[in-house]
Amino acid sequence: MDTVNVNGNIIEWKENMTVQDVLTAMKYTFKLLIVKVNGELVRRDQYDSYKVPCKSEIDVIHLMSGG
Amino acid sequence: MMTDIFSRNIAGMTDKLSRSVVAVAGCGGIGSNAAVSLVRAGLGKIIIADMDIIEVSNLNRQYYFTDEIGSKKVFTLKSRLNSINADCETVAYHKELVREDVKTLFGSADILIEAFDKAESKQWLIEEWSSLYPDKPVISGNGLSGYGDFESIKIRKMGNIYFCGDGVTTQEIGLCSARVAIISNMQANLAIELLMKLK
Repeated sequence: MDTVNVNGNIIEWKENMTVQDVLTAMKYTFKLLIVKVNGELVRRDQYDSYKVPCKSEIDVIHLMSGG
Repeated sequence: MMTDIFSRNIAGMTDKLSRSVVAVAGCGGIGSNAAVSLVRAGLGKIIIADMDIIEVSNLNRQYYFTDEIGSKKVFTLKSRLNSINADCETVAYHKELVREDVKTLFGSADILIEAFDKAESKQWLIEEWSSLYPDKPVISGNGLSGYGDFESIKIRKMGNIYFCGDGVTTQEIGLCSARVAIISNMQANLAIELLMKLK
C-alpha cells in the first residue's frame, strides 16, 4: 500500500492527495496548525493546493493559545 | 560593568551572546520573562514589540509591577532591560504587528522568540518568519496554561521551528506564573543554546 507518515501515524496515500486531504483523513479539524511536508513548510493558504508526494513524512503541530 | 555582570557566565558565553540579536514578538507572559533572561545572560541586542498596555490581570505572570499599570508594556520592558544591562541595545516597537513587520522589524535578528498569546497570531508569525528565513530558528511557546504536569512539558523540533510547552493546554483553563515562567525560560534557554552553536 502507498502511504504517508503523519506525526508517526501511517495512512494510505492517494493520487493528487493534498495537505487538506491529509488533515481530513487524520480528523484534524482544528485550523491553527503548523505543517511541514518532508521538511518544507506548507502555509495555511496552500493546504488545498499542495500535493503530498507518496511516502511523505508530514509533521503537524496544533497551536495553543496562551502567553 | 559588563565584566562584573557576567563574571558568573559560562566561559565563552558572554562573547558569543554579545554578538547576538534576538527578536521577541510580544511582551506579555512569555515575552517579558524571556527577554529578561536573555538580557541577564548577556545578549548584545534585543528587539521587542507589543501593542498592549499593562493591566492588573497581567501581574499574575508578566514581569511588571503595580505602579506600571496603564503604561505601554514594550517601553516599560525596555526600561527594565536597560536597568539590567545598559550595554544591551534594546529596540522597542509599540504597534500591532502584521506580517510585513516580520522582515522590516525583525529581519536583523538571529533568532525569533514567538511570544504571542493568540494561536491565530502564532500561526502567521511562524509561517512568515520560516518562509522568509528558513535557516534561522523561531522558538514558539505552545501549551503553557494551567499548573503542574511538569512531565508533559517538552521541546518539539520541526526543522528550525521549535515548540516549547505541553502542546495541549490553552489559556481558557487559566494561566499561572510558574508554568508560564518555566516555558518562557525554556525558550530563552534554547535560544542561548542555539546562539552558542551559531556564533
